[in-house]
Amino acid sequence: MQEQNELIKILVEKHGRTRNALMPILQDIVAEKQFLEPSDIALVAEELDLSAADVYGTATFYTFLDTVPRGKNVIRVCKTISCYMSGKDEIINALEKVLNIKVGDTTVDKQFTLLTANCMGWCHKGPVMLINDDVYHSLTPEAAIEIVQQYKEKSKN
Amino acid sequence: MAKALINLKINDIPITVEEGTTILDAAKKLNIKIPTLCDHPDLSVAGNCRVCVVEVKGARYLQAACATPVAEGMEIYTNSQTVRQSRKHVIELLLSEHNADCTSCSRNSKCELQDLAAEYHIFDRVLLDILDPENLIADISSPAIKKDISKCIHCQRCVRTCEELQYVSALAVIGKGAEQHIGTFFDYPLNEVVCTNCGQCVLHCPTGALTERNYVEEVWDAINDPTKHVVVQTAPAVRVAIGEELGFAYGTRVTGKMVTALKRLGFDSVLDTDFTADLTILEEGTELLTRLKRALVDKDPEVKIPMFTSCSPGWIKFMEHLYPEMLGHLSTCKSPQQMFGAVAKTYYAQKKGINSKDMIVVSVMPCTAKKYEAQRPEMRSSGYQDVDYVLTTRELATMIKQAGIDFMSLPESDYDPLMGESSGAGVIFGATGGVMEAALRTAYEIVTGREVPFKNLEITPVRGFDGIKEATIKIEGTKPEWSFLEGVELKVAVAHELANANKLVRAIKEGKLHYHFIEIMTCPGGCLGGGGQPYPVSWEIRQMRAQGIYSEDENLPLRKSHDNPEVMQLYEEYLGQPNSHKAHELLHTHYFPRKKYLN
Ligand code: SF4
Ligand code: SF4
Ligand code: SF4
Ligand code: FES
Ligand code: FES
Repeated sequence: MQEQNELIKILVEKHGRTRNALMPILQDIVAEKQFLEPSDIALVAEELDLSAADVYGTATFYTFLDTVPRGKNVIRVCKTISCYMSGKDEIINALEKVLNIKVGDTTVDKQFTLLTANCMGWCHKGPVMLINDDVYHSLTPEAAIEIVQQYKEKSKN
Repeated sequence: MAKALINLKINDIPITVEEGTTILDAAKKLNIKIPTLCDHPDLSVAGNCRVCVVEVKGARYLQAACATPVAEGMEIYTNSQTVRQSRKHVIELLLSEHNADCTSCSRNSKCELQDLAAEYHIFDRVLLDILDPENLIADISSPAIKKDISKCIHCQRCVRTCEELQYVSALAVIGKGAEQHIGTFFDYPLNEVVCTNCGQCVLHCPTGALTERNYVEEVWDAINDPTKHVVVQTAPAVRVAIGEELGFAYGTRVTGKMVTALKRLGFDSVLDTDFTADLTILEEGTELLTRLKRALVDKDPEVKIPMFTSCSPGWIKFMEHLYPEMLGHLSTCKSPQQMFGAVAKTYYAQKKGINSKDMIVVSVMPCTAKKYEAQRPEMRSSGYQDVDYVLTTRELATMIKQAGIDFMSLPESDYDPLMGESSGAGVIFGATGGVMEAALRTAYEIVTGREVPFKNLEITPVRGFDGIKEATIKIEGTKPEWSFLEGVELKVAVAHELANANKLVRAIKEGKLHYHFIEIMTCPGGCLGGGGQPYPVSWEIRQMRAQGIYSEDENLPLRKSHDNPEVMQLYEEYLGQPNSHKAHELLHTHYFPRKKYLN
């Protein structure tokens, strides 16, 4: 709680207290801790003098501002038409198997969350997935598994 | 500077209106009706439902009449084939994701969507039904408000109401696309968020998505239970509004008929909240004078000035959530409804020789927040829940209809004794400024021994619908025991709608404004515009109800709370003095700080 207060205070100092500051603040919180908890939103609302329902409404409008617990690494596989045609289903199947979770879920060790997302503008190089902020394109199921393994290794160290 | 005039034609009829007028309002002037759903005269323009579309000659698309200002030379058609078909299509689309089970809906026969569906003959469901079954579970966590999003048409009138009128924003548009809905902070149940239970969202919702929690059946059961003595109290603002549901014009005073109807429904005793409104004035007026004495004479740093009135339970919850550090400024007086319950189950029960446990107290209120208030755990001074059931004006109208009573032809009767007498001061509690006026009529006289220096006791500066009103009254010629008030200019303020209240509280907190006494009412216009009053609502309608209230005051033989003989009898026989120990036990309460966003 203390840490969270400090993070939000720092972000408010950085971005200011106007309504325009709302999005950058929310984005930075998500960058730091992957998702927005009720207490985060309440605090931001209080600092910016907005209604908490309003801030929650704003957050839920954006796919990338998660309001449910997420793992340390969030994988988003593009589900839009081009990636669909180039085989996003196989990618998802492979990831579900290797992570042992379904789309929408988070692994027990809280390391990975698997989600789908809308077009990311890489249609010419589908299928595409995003892990946190990094794009991986021209995927095959094997490549996708390999990439995830690398993240697993990284988190061990 | 006068606004420029614009000439245009609607359905080939020429008309001239001021610049900035919307097509909708211009059409109204010609008595041409354009249907609307998201538009409401109390709220900002949303323009999201598209049911008000009209054809504008030369424009490529149909235009939303509520959101489009007129322009010179415009030629508008409100009833072309294209217009009619698009409107019909809009209504069909709304119904395709709507749980249109009208017979089991509490807005049945009073619903704006249903009216349009009937008007446009939407007999077949031509579109796929895309109602999400998950949405069929209504939120009934609040004792006052029911939220059923399967009946919601996303017009956002509630969101604008809660934000623009009430500065609460308990409701917001959550999610996007197919998942978009009206929800609360993290979609928590209504009783866990900042909601004040004011019911303004209910009053402004065009459909059955937001309604009051209905207690009609419970009240019928109580009436029909031979072991119970059931008393009913009616709030001041009910008498000038219930007629609207039963065939009378807006704002008609129907006090005597309402009393007869209540007797015919089978209540054992029909009593008046106005009685405890008068009692409130004696308690609150005395509290104010005591606070002033402590502040001015004893220089007690603990005493909180200004003192705020406390009869509006939505306002109380607003303060508990948003200004918990200022709760000491609230008068400790309970609302008249709760004073009534506490006195009924003690004093009245004793006088009648009834055991309080065999009594049921029913309230008829213009208010949904009173449903919540009655269930607050501290409202049990009699040892039982002081007020058992709270009905809105609308629910009582339903009971009168169910009983087959022809309201219009009823004879008039008087309230029953012991707690049925009231003064005009009690009646005007129903309008914004009324509590202030009533309090001044009494406090001034206590202090000076003379009537307030206003013609016919009408303290006009605190009347009317300005959001924030102020008045200064110079106290002169005090009685010896009040000499510390000699020459004091008593500064008072009045606000209605919580957004206005918020402005006042904020300015006071920041030290920018200074008053002695402030009246706050949660709802626009005061209780007469309460969340439990008949649909629809507008400032014209509120105005007519206010006229009803002030004419009732004018016509009553007693105009001042301290002249109410039954109130005096209550003090003599039971309570002793205003603010006595006993009075504190029964008539005063305390408040609880709540979190702003997380309960
Ligand atoms: S909200 Fe209106 S249209 Fe919908 S079910 Fe209720 S009465 Fe019918
Ligand atoms: S009852 Fe009042 S405070 Fe609660 S959601 Fe409705 S308008 Fe807002
Ligand atoms: S709940 Fe009522 S007022 Fe609010 S958006 Fe839905 S239909 Fe409109
Ligand atoms: S469709 Fe997948 S990135 Fe555009
Ligand atoms: S009433 Fe005009 S768009 Fe809804």
